[in-house]
Amino acid sequence: MIYITLFLAAVFVNNIVLSQFLGICPFLGVSKKIETALGMSGAVAFVLTLSTIVTWLVQDLLLTPFHLEFLQTITFILIIASLVQLLEIILKKMVPSLYQALGVFLPLISTNCAILGVAILVVQKEFNLIESTVFALSTAIGFGFALLIFAGLREQLSLTRIPKAMQGMPIALIVAGLLSMAFMGFAGIA
Amino acid sequence: MKQKPIAILLNGIIKENPTFVLLLGMCPTLGTTTSAANGLGMGLATLFVLACSNAAISALRNLIPDKVRIPTFIVVIATFVTLLEMLMKAYVPALYASLGLFIPLIVVNCIVLARAEAFASKNTVFDSTLDGVGIGMGFTLALTLLGSVRELLGTGKLFNLTFFPENYGILIFVLAPGAFIALGYLIALINRLNRKQA
Repeated sequence: MIYITLFLAAVFVNNIVLSQFLGICPFLGVSKKIETALGMSGAVAFVLTLSTIVTWLVQDLLLTPFHLEFLQTITFILIIASLVQLLEIILKKMVPSLYQALGVFLPLISTNCAILGVAILVVQKEFNLIESTVFALSTAIGFGFALLIFAGLREQLSLTRIPKAMQGMPIALIVAGLLSMAFMGFAGIA
Repeated sequence: MKQKPIAILLNGIIKENPTFVLLLGMCPTLGTTTSAANGLGMGLATLFVLACSNAAISALRNLIPDKVRIPTFIVVIATFVTLLEMLMKAYVPALYASLGLFIPLIVVNCIVLARAEAFASKNTVFDSTLDGVGIGMGFTLALTLLGSVRELLGTGKLFNLTFFPENYGILIFVLAPGAFIALGYLIALINRLNRKQA
């Protein structure tokens, strides 16, 4: 039951992009087409879940027992960066079809603040390993969900006539604002 | 291309303003600007990291092998962020608490890495530090502006000065959607002003 609540809260109520403001760069950057949005969400789901498990283990087995919590930021970012690099190599060799689909998005992920953000959040919230995994996966689903809706809206936007000064980023931001307002309607369900 | 120091400084504030022109580092821009003071605090924190990491990277630029430069930059940046975290925890705990997660997340702020790659790895220590300060000031200015707009519309206050009673405030501007909408209109306004000049 607790996992269902955790899932609903991460996907809808505290959506990582629309209410926590993490991962805005890819949210605004790769949301012009639905296909690229899908690729990015897949890559994020993969890396986010994996990196959260690894950083959780490192925090629990290395940093906390040896009182090295102050090294958290450096350790986590290095783990994420090397994990992304490793994944790229492994996928290229073992699952070329998946590599083709996610390829270009993987390097972009190391500077996606949602990844580092979630890794730090699960430590702050003192989740156990299973809760952390569920939280990471749900957050990634929430990210993909918001990204896909937004990409769909932007495809429509490209066909409408918009005042010159509002074209591009300004109108996209305002649409994101309205979307975020819609997500506020979920408050209270979990 | 030799630039005058003052030109480098101004470049970051106006011509390459990280928020309004380059559109980099959006997460802290939207996440921490619930009030003008928070925006200012976040801007100054980023300025510190930008200036220090630019200086350090430019000093090391001839020693860093080209192939591993990005990981090296990240380690340098993460070091300064950790330093900043400790300093803020010790001296301004209230601000540290209200900015929360966004302080460690300066590491993945694209502006810092972008300036390291685009400017600090090619220029002298003095110029790079100036560039860091300039870009940092541009960022601070943008964040303070956005924070002021949101705080004023949302609560009727600005830096603890009351302009109109809180009951008349549009609460949505302090909440998440207001961040997107206020920034959207600010960028549109700046686009409009830039077009007039050109």
